[in-house]
Amino acid sequence: MDTKTLIDYTLHLADNALIIGHRNSEWCGHGPILEQDIAITNIALDMIGQARNFYQYAAQLSGEGATEDSLAYLRDAIDFKNNLLTELPNGDWAQTVLRQFFFSTYQYFLYQQLQNGADKQLAAIAEKSLKEVTYHLRWSSEWVIRLGDGTEESKRRMLDAIDEIWSYTGELFIPVNFELLTIGDGISIDLSMIKISWDKKVKAVFEEAILPIPADTIWMQSGGKEGKHTEQLGFILAEMQFLQRAYPNSNW
Amino acid sequence: MEIINKHITTDQTPDTVKKIVLAILENVSDPEVPVLSVIDLGIVRNITVNITPPSGGRGVGSWEVLLSVTPTYTGCPAIDVMNMSMRMALMEAGFTNIKIEQVLSPAWTTNWMSDAGKEKLKAYGIAPPQYKQAVCTPDSFQQEEAIQCPLCNSCHTELVSQFGSTACKALYKCLDCKEPFDYFKCH
Repeated sequence: MDTKTLIDYTLHLADNALIIGHRNSEWCGHGPILEQDIAITNIALDMIGQARNFYQYAAQLSGEGATEDSLAYLRDAIDFKNNLLTELPNGDWAQTVLRQFFFSTYQYFLYQQLQNGADKQLAAIAEKSLKEVTYHLRWSSEWVIRLGDGTEESKRRMLDAIDEIWSYTGELFIPVNFELLTIGDGISIDLSMIKISWDKKVKAVFEEAILPIPADTIWMQSGGKEGKHTEQLGFILAEMQFLQRAYPNSNW
Repeated sequence: MEIINKHITTDQTPDTVKKIVLAILENVSDPEVPVLSVIDLGIVRNITVNITPPSGGRGVGSWEVLLSVTPTYTGCPAIDVMNMSMRMALMEAGFTNIKIEQVLSPAWTTNWMSDAGKEKLKAYGIAPPQYKQAVCTPDSFQQEEAIQCPLCNSCHTELVSQFGSTACKALYKCLDCKEPFDYFKCH
């Protein structure tokens, strides 16, 4: 595997963590109750921390004066390699916790593979992050169950959230070029294995939540990993990158 | 013999200098939980000291300190502050050549927290992490561990949220004395 592929793959991991972290951070001060506001903000912090580790590694690999900040703040939407799922708007609480559940389940099984991969730095970040993701997965599955098997209103919201989000989950498991190139070359992420584990976990939680699994025939969106994003990402970047673009090189 | 300051000299053994470094770091505290030092927390994984030759062959050289530090949580904002505080404390003691490297693997665990640190946490009003670490799994609605209230010592307590005021803590309340408290959760 060449360095460019490794950088692209690392950026993909970083962008996923940063964008969902940014989305979750939008809840800060708006959570339904104080304890859950704190919970979602904690998850946002973990995600942004993981993103920093991946960006630092990508910056080190690329050289050319790249830093974690330049990679996060000075690339445009077309350069971002995050899954579409992570950039979806927060919607209501049901939509946010369902998005987190789908993503944490994916990250949980992905990091389990990654921590055994041949790239030492990616393995170390995955090993470290997996402990945090375990908490996220537990928290988000509990919310899916609480709302799905809750009141008539909470169930309706969870069903709406499934309608809204499900078609963005397929992309997680369709490998793009940089993912294919890592196979058999040390990192060896096998998305088809992750999909089996993901399906099983989602099925178990949905059963407990008395929620239906949508049909296999549903059209799945894709393109995020190759820079083809929903219109949402531009708005996220406009807010997230404003300061760095208006006042270049500003620092804490 | 040239005295760099009253403690560190260039003719000391590396072991002595290492002990001095450790003593200095034992006084550097976690900004979020000020009763804990960076050593109590277990985030300093390795201390290496080397004598470096003087530049240009003059003078007596100096001690180089290399610290391997691991973060508690990836996003913990206290890490940058602690790195800075360690550097400042070492500089105050006369060290000029200080390198701090981040290590991620093996990942930090609350098992690395010192017993003294656990005692200090409890006295401060934060329930310390359990000695025997519960297995952390993603399973939902697990039977919660019985966490002892740091104020009245009752084990009749209840989890409020797995996420608390900082990344490393969970929120609990005591069902006997009714006080809410933080639990430094197993990790």
